[in-house]
Amino acid sequence: MQYFKPQTAAEAADILAKSAGKARILAGGTDLLVQLKSGMIEPEMIVDIKHLDGMHDITQENGGYRIGAAVPGIKLGQHKGVVALWPGVVEACELIGSTQVQGRCTMVGNLCNGSPAADSVPAMVAANAVVRITGPEGTRDCPAFDIPTSPGKISLMPGEFITSVYLPARPKHASDAYLRFIPRTEMDIAVASAGVNLELAEDGTIRAARVVLGAVGPKVMLVEDAASAIIGSKLDDAAIDALTAACRAAASPIDDKRGTVEFRTQVVGVLAKRAAHIAMQRAGDQT
Amino acid sequence: MKKIHVSTTVNGDEIEFICPPGETLLDALRDRVGLKGAKEGCGTGDCGACTVEMNGEIVCSCLVLGAEAEGAKIKTVEGMTTGDRLHTLQQVFIDHAALQCGICTPGILVAAETLLERNPDPSETEIRYWLAGNLCRCTGYDKIIRAVQIAAAEMRGA
Amino acid sequence: MNFPVKTKTDFKVVGTRVARPDGVEKVTGRALYGADFSVPGMLTGRVLRSPHAHARIKSIDTSAAEALPGVKAVVTAADFGVPEDMSLRDVQDNCMARDKALYDGHAIAAVAATDAETARAALKLIKVDYEVLPHVTDVDAAMAADAPVVQQDRADESVPEGSGPNVTNFFEFGHGDLDAGFARADLILERSFRTEATHQGYIEPHACLANMSADRGELWCCTQGQFLVRELCAGIMQMDASQLRVTASEIGGGFGGKTTVFIEPVALALSRKSGRPVKMVMTRDEIFRATGPTISSSMDIKIGMTKDGRITAAAAKLRYQGGAFPCETVSFGAQAAFAAYDLEAVRSLGWNTLANRPKQAAYRAPGAPVSIYAVESVVDELCQELKLDPLEVRLLNAARDGTKASYGPTFDQIGLVATLEAAKAHPHYAAPLGKNQGRGLSCGFWFNFGGNTCVSLNINNDGTVGVTEGNPDIGGSRASITMMAAEELGIPYEKVRTVITDTNSLGHNDVTDGSRVTFAVGLATIKAARAAIEVMCARVAKIWGIDEDAVAWEDGYAKPSGPNAGNFDPMSLAEIAAIASETGGPIAGHHEVNAEGAGVSFGVHLADVEVDPETGATKVVRYTVFQDAGKAVHPDYVEGQMQGGSVQGIGWALNEEYIYGEDGRLQNAGFLDYRIPVASDLPMIDTVILEIPNPGHPYGVRGVGETSIVPPLAALSNAVSRAAGIRLHELPMSPPKILKAMMSKD
Repeated sequence: MQYFKPQTAAEAADILAKSAGKARILAGGTDLLVQLKSGMIEPEMIVDIKHLDGMHDITQENGGYRIGAAVPGIKLGQHKGVVALWPGVVEACELIGSTQVQGRCTMVGNLCNGSPAADSVPAMVAANAVVRITGPEGTRDCPAFDIPTSPGKISLMPGEFITSVYLPARPKHASDAYLRFIPRTEMDIAVASAGVNLELAEDGTIRAARVVLGAVGPKVMLVEDAASAIIGSKLDDAAIDALTAACRAAASPIDDKRGTVEFRTQVVGVLAKRAAHIAMQRAGDQT
Repeated sequence: MKKIHVSTTVNGDEIEFICPPGETLLDALRDRVGLKGAKEGCGTGDCGACTVEMNGEIVCSCLVLGAEAEGAKIKTVEGMTTGDRLHTLQQVFIDHAALQCGICTPGILVAAETLLERNPDPSETEIRYWLAGNLCRCTGYDKIIRAVQIAAAEMRGA
Repeated sequence: MNFPVKTKTDFKVVGTRVARPDGVEKVTGRALYGADFSVPGMLTGRVLRSPHAHARIKSIDTSAAEALPGVKAVVTAADFGVPEDMSLRDVQDNCMARDKALYDGHAIAAVAATDAETARAALKLIKVDYEVLPHVTDVDAAMAADAPVVQQDRADESVPEGSGPNVTNFFEFGHGDLDAGFARADLILERSFRTEATHQGYIEPHACLANMSADRGELWCCTQGQFLVRELCAGIMQMDASQLRVTASEIGGGFGGKTTVFIEPVALALSRKSGRPVKMVMTRDEIFRATGPTISSSMDIKIGMTKDGRITAAAAKLRYQGGAFPCETVSFGAQAAFAAYDLEAVRSLGWNTLANRPKQAAYRAPGAPVSIYAVESVVDELCQELKLDPLEVRLLNAARDGTKASYGPTFDQIGLVATLEAAKAHPHYAAPLGKNQGRGLSCGFWFNFGGNTCVSLNINNDGTVGVTEGNPDIGGSRASITMMAAEELGIPYEKVRTVITDTNSLGHNDVTDGSRVTFAVGLATIKAARAAIEVMCARVAKIWGIDEDAVAWEDGYAKPSGPNAGNFDPMSLAEIAAIASETGGPIAGHHEVNAEGAGVSFGVHLADVEVDPETGATKVVRYTVFQDAGKAVHPDYVEGQMQGGSVQGIGWALNEEYIYGEDGRLQNAGFLDYRIPVASDLPMIDTVILEIPNPGHPYGVRGVGETSIVPPLAALSNAVSRAAGIRLHELPMSPPKILKAMMSKD
């Protein structure tokens, strides 16, 4: 195995393209090193990209924020601007692993690991996040939603890697929230999760919504019926019932060591409901 | 497999070591640098016994490659003492029986030190969540949490 | 010099909260644990483990591994003999599978190579031809007549005719007329329970360093008992015990799980074959798959109660699986099940069955937590049905001094009633509860143990004292031993240093288990100090020219005593030590004993939980432990035992479990999915120490290490029952189970 530390994004893309799938990208390393240790992967090359330009930057862009691919969870949480604009994305990212893992883990790594239970992904998708990809053909943008395809699989082409995530601007009276269920209070993988992103109209009713579920299908799940269920409402009981029912109907989880189909289906509705209430509260609090 | 030459700073000392590309920072610290304070409890970032500070943030050194230490500033439990003077946290851990077997202690001390540098007066809940990645199987955490509170108070008064 | 016969009550050092002597090393990272040793020329050893739950090993081809550059030795079962003693053979076969792989993770072969990567690569080159066999991991399935046979013909003579082929041991305890007792009951409840296996979960992996020549060996390892390691390894390596020196490192937790060997004989064999020192450290995955989890269980409990709360009869049937080798843990479970109660009619039966799981190892009060969980759950349910206060019912039925215990002996000076009274009087018991909250109560019990112990105590020329003992310090015992030596000698704590020695420097010491160290090593230390005091008094008598009987020892001084002793200035220990060479030579005391009279320990726990009605998540919001510790030598570490055991029990109750797949493989072999409690899961664990002196110890000390893991299981189950209005009869009470029960109630 070799360890590479390319000096430019183009060099990184070049190495990756030539490695024909035998290279792995290292940014935070919190998934990569576990996979290496267990023998699950045996790459010929590790390409460390975190020293490339912009990888550690959080910059304002068109009213939103561009977040470098190597920005660790703890730095995101320390950024007042991002916290104010996308509190749900930040709280999701901060739920990845322990404080120690927070010092290293990245949203992009969380996305590219391809886990349907990844904490930051439902929140990113709810936020309509767009990732910027560098590859042999240059640079392209892609919705975060389209990156994971199935457990452990992503849609990037050979030689491509993500350099940043863009969290868009949003109007006043809009906010988001993310909740997950784990058996302990920390250190677990989500058994079910929900991210909700809301925009309120002048009268306080919900004008736009995105409801996204995690760990209840082979990939992150955008539930349009759940959004429709609450659009136009102020989260009255009927709207909430429709939201939870839509989430439960959409969920298609599996039974495994972390939870049962029955439990995940039931709880994902509860989480969506609670996340919607939090997002609503936050949106209303905004001036 | 070609080894990598790494120049880094550990506990304020400039040091160099060579290691295989796949070797963790934990193994490099223990086997190349000779600092055995960081412990391997799981090798997967789930127990925190290998906690060290790297460029100001605490990390599980089992989830960092030795190669990544190039140019970094690393601090381990061995760097907490000043000469023969223990850090307040270390002294309070002894005085208030915050360790039983002691295997998790180095990781917890490093993590707690970073917490108190940022938040001199953390609540019980803040301490518990900050240390959630440091497993302790002996104490039930009670005396650890109390010791961090006591040390924080002493450090604020000092 | 005559020493007091009565239990001592006036203490100067014992009962204080001194700093532990090994504290500085442990907070600075300088203390050396199992994996921290190295020697020049050392190889790295690694183990190849079975991917099958049950398989015949048809052949093993190690030639390609042996040919890999850097590989210095490969061993399989063929490199070991076949011990005649069956229990030793079981230990060896667990370390290295002989004919069959008996569980997922069972060791098949091992290599020693120049570095870890070469060793790992070599493992991949070992070709094992397996014939996969049907397996069984569930306790009830393993008990069945048509179950896959884990090992042939392992039943001992106690096993009743007609039992299934995997049943290896049967036990029966109790007294009185059950039928008559149940006939007197107003309400009889019969309930069945199941509990999953848990792991001790020590954070330090098993680790050792072996350096073996043809007939002589050195072994450094983390263990709860270096003398047992020597006995087992010398037996397996077919060498004299005198030629194997075992040194215990600092130990990063054990809880019973480090009371046997796993990699130590393998490292010795690799070292012998390679002619090089070999270091081995287990990975966390290996620890979960191949080292000591607990038993899993299936239990039936039947208890009858009058409407005013008196238990009229009680019966238990316990079925434990203890992995792929026979074990007697169910006997402890059966004996402990009803220990807290004064019963006229009681019977407990226990069966052990083999299953395709790792050989169970002791875990804090082995066998007792689950049987007492089942009993305390039924007692609580009776209280709910009969609308009785659960604490009053315990008091009404509590075992007292003079009670004939359900397992045979008659109790003497026990603290159950005192702990119950303390719980009743505590503000926690009357504190209001919030929404979705409930309060649970449970009693707990452990026998405690004494055992074989040697201590040597040396008076140094400068008046300081060295204590040499042979039991690894898991949770602060160096401090308590040092305190007892200082107390008895009448010198400051700081003047004594206690060292835990290797197997060549003392006679046999039993392992650090059974909550025995502070009791038994403490007792031997006090007796060793007394032996030294006798020598010192004799020397002083010689100096003063008076009878030895006329010299007394008081607060670190020899003093003339009695009407005819005469007037002499008292001589301090330091003064006596300084002139020892002129009065007869060095002064020392030692004591060797198979200590009895350990004194049982009872505890009562109060737990408040809050159950989320929509997710089934349980949060412990308040927790208080009441326990009889006898004399608490170092109260901080007594509290530490009470808190640590409680939290292990909380983990057992809520989330910890071994999860096996259909293929018989362990699915959660890591700290990510084997969920031990983390700091943010818990409240403070309040403690109330009761000090009912143990008549079997000069200071009244009794063991405190194990009782505390027993009550949390039922305390939490009882609390969940009251918070959520549902009663589970299964552990762990993970959120899916609780939510399912709540939803089916609605």
